[in-house]
Amino acid sequence: MSASSAFVIDVTGITKRFGDKTVVNAIDLQVPRGEIFGFLGPNGSGKTTFIRMLCGLLTPDGGSGTCLGYDVLTQQAAIKRHVGYMTQRFSYYEDLSIRENLDFIARIYDISDRRAAVQRSLERLGLAQRSHQLAGELSGGWKQRLALAASLIHEPQLLLLDEPTAGVDPKARRDFWDEIHQLAADGLTVLITTHYMDEAERCHRLAYLAYGNLLTRGTLEEVLITARLTTWTVTGPGLRELAAALRRQPGVEQVVAFGNTLHVSGRDAALLDTAIAAVRDPQHEWTRVRSGLEDVFISLMDTAKDNFA
Amino acid sequence: MHRFTFHRFWAIVLKEFIQMKRDRVTFAMMVGIPLMQLMLFGFAINSDPKHLPTAIRAADQGPFARTLVAAMRHSDYFTLIRETDSEVETQRLLQLGEVQFVVNIPEDFSRRLLRGERPAVLLEADATDPSAAGPALNALRAISTTVFDRDLIGPLAQLRVPAGPVDFRIHAHYNPENITQYNIVPGLMGVVLTMTMVIITALAITRERERGTMENLLATPVRPFEVMSGKILPYIMVGYVQVTLILLAAHFIFNVPMIGSLPLLYGVALFFIAANLAMGITFSTLAKNQLQAVQMAFFFFLPSILLSGFMFPFRGMPEWAQWIGTCLPLTHFLRIVRGILLKGNGPFEIAPELWPLLLFLTVAMSIGVKRYRQTLD
Ligand SMILES: Nc1ncnc2c1ncn2[C@@H]1O[C@H](COP(=O)(O)OP(=O)(O)OP(=O)(O)O)[C@@H](O)[C@H]1O
Ligand SMILES: [Mg+2]
Repeated sequence: MSASSAFVIDVTGITKRFGDKTVVNAIDLQVPRGEIFGFLGPNGSGKTTFIRMLCGLLTPDGGSGTCLGYDVLTQQAAIKRHVGYMTQRFSYYEDLSIRENLDFIARIYDISDRRAAVQRSLERLGLAQRSHQLAGELSGGWKQRLALAASLIHEPQLLLLDEPTAGVDPKARRDFWDEIHQLAADGLTVLITTHYMDEAERCHRLAYLAYGNLLTRGTLEEVLITARLTTWTVTGPGLRELAAALRRQPGVEQVVAFGNTLHVSGRDAALLDTAIAAVRDPQHEWTRVRSGLEDVFISLMDTAKDNFA
Repeated sequence: MHRFTFHRFWAIVLKEFIQMKRDRVTFAMMVGIPLMQLMLFGFAINSDPKHLPTAIRAADQGPFARTLVAAMRHSDYFTLIRETDSEVETQRLLQLGEVQFVVNIPEDFSRRLLRGERPAVLLEADATDPSAAGPALNALRAISTTVFDRDLIGPLAQLRVPAGPVDFRIHAHYNPENITQYNIVPGLMGVVLTMTMVIITALAITRERERGTMENLLATPVRPFEVMSGKILPYIMVGYVQVTLILLAAHFIFNVPMIGSLPLLYGVALFFIAANLAMGITFSTLAKNQLQAVQMAFFFFLPSILLSGFMFPFRGMPEWAQWIGTCLPLTHFLRIVRGILLKGNGPFEIAPELWPLLLFLTVAMSIGVKRYRQTLD
């Protein structure tokens, strides 16, 4: 890494347009070494596009910056050698076995003592028993393990993971995250996109992207505080009617049912209080709670829709 | 740092070999298409005919003429249905298609044969079915070299010259180009290579894009030229397997003469195979999916097979068609193969056909490498 930047990822104003549609709009991002950085946002918000620009797969239309100290606009070949990228869609060869896939990648990166490296990575991810199975015959969870193993085989300094846990069961997801934390503790920097809130909470820092714009970023606490969202929960009978009544009130931005509880949120706390007062009765129990990340993100997305759509 | 490196190239080559081995359909296509085409063009369309109706116009009734006629009677190639001395009648028979051949034995046949003058026997052929004339002539020659052995003894033995005591001449009516298996089977080599090589490579890269593996490949340090050449090398070997298969069939099944140098043919084939592979790669950079790639390959294949001189005599085509034909690598390769195998052409004779091939290869490859994007933009 060059001395010019203390950050593994350090970009400003990164922009990408497809036709006349701006898919990534002037994003600034700094990620220090050893951090797990979560990248969230609705479908089509530009997460994959942004990651592709970081690892040299797409050329930004605007902006500048460095990745591992290499210029993202000109030194793409160098970046590719030191970055591990796990694509959103499984992109290893389904007609090659697990071992053959790893061996192929190891050859491409010209890893010294290739055989040992392949064997190590098979064992570390618990794939050794299945090494002769064709990748195409694996279940989703095993494919994800293979992809992770392959993207780590050349010992990258930065790992870019694009929705690595989509469609993976909770136990496997937890194991996966333990692995990620272990890697980060060893100094690897990880940028990860996800749609799962529990995963977002396991990141050191987060960014939320909507319609190509970076709406918020920071630690979990910072994101929750800057959102200034007030949330109440309510329990009691007739929640469906209550929800309908609440939605008609000004200042009520989200009414979401969680089993026998409603979550009611709004950015203007005073307005929300008035709204709740209008429908309050002794049958229902109201509690003010801390806003969840999901409430915050949905609120952010609604705001973004007003501003950009 | 950005140079071609062998280990990356080799990684691609090995991967392609494994995938080729696992992909039964493609593998079957690579061996099946040459075999199928050999069957179709070699046997079904151009079968070795037997018992062809023949008329004899013998102006000479001498002993040697009688021997020749008797031998033809015994040959199962010809069936003598008429003996006549009227020229008008033989022409009518030929015209009506009642006979395939008319064998004309001249008046002074026996006398000139005895003098060692190698008298000419004219074989008139209805060459609308062109496959018949060549083998007929061969059959007659074979007959004549042995049939007189019994008669040419003692002092006459000196008349047994290697070329045979009789000079057979053929007059092919109606189709002077006279396409035979000798023409078709070597031509098939070019046709099969065009068909399979273009499709295989066109698929090889589009498949990566369609299955999403391209994104992964692009995210690694592998260079475009390494990918291209790594993908081409295994298929060059497949091409050579096909060439060998066809040459073996040509030699052992169809008895195609091979006068020229086989190493020269194998050498030149490299450029033709590479030209087709480069074409396929260029298609794959243009096509959005595998179906489009196959369609493009087909659009290339059709004019190749029709306008190259494989199906129809090149000189007989209208000028615009000849122009298109001249731009196709198959046209030149056909001339080279036929030239080497049938005419014994050497490097100097094939040079005029070789440089258009090289030009095509260079153009196709540079378009391919240029169009192969290293990013997803
Ligand atoms: N090559 C391309 N050409 C044109 N438009 C594209 C291209 N790639 C992406 N887009 C568009 O850019 C937008 C952002 O796509 P992107 O894949 O980056 O979103 P994402 O945040 O990764 O979404 P998801 O969560 O669904 O994976 C989408 O509207 C998509 O249609
Ligand atoms: Mg995505």
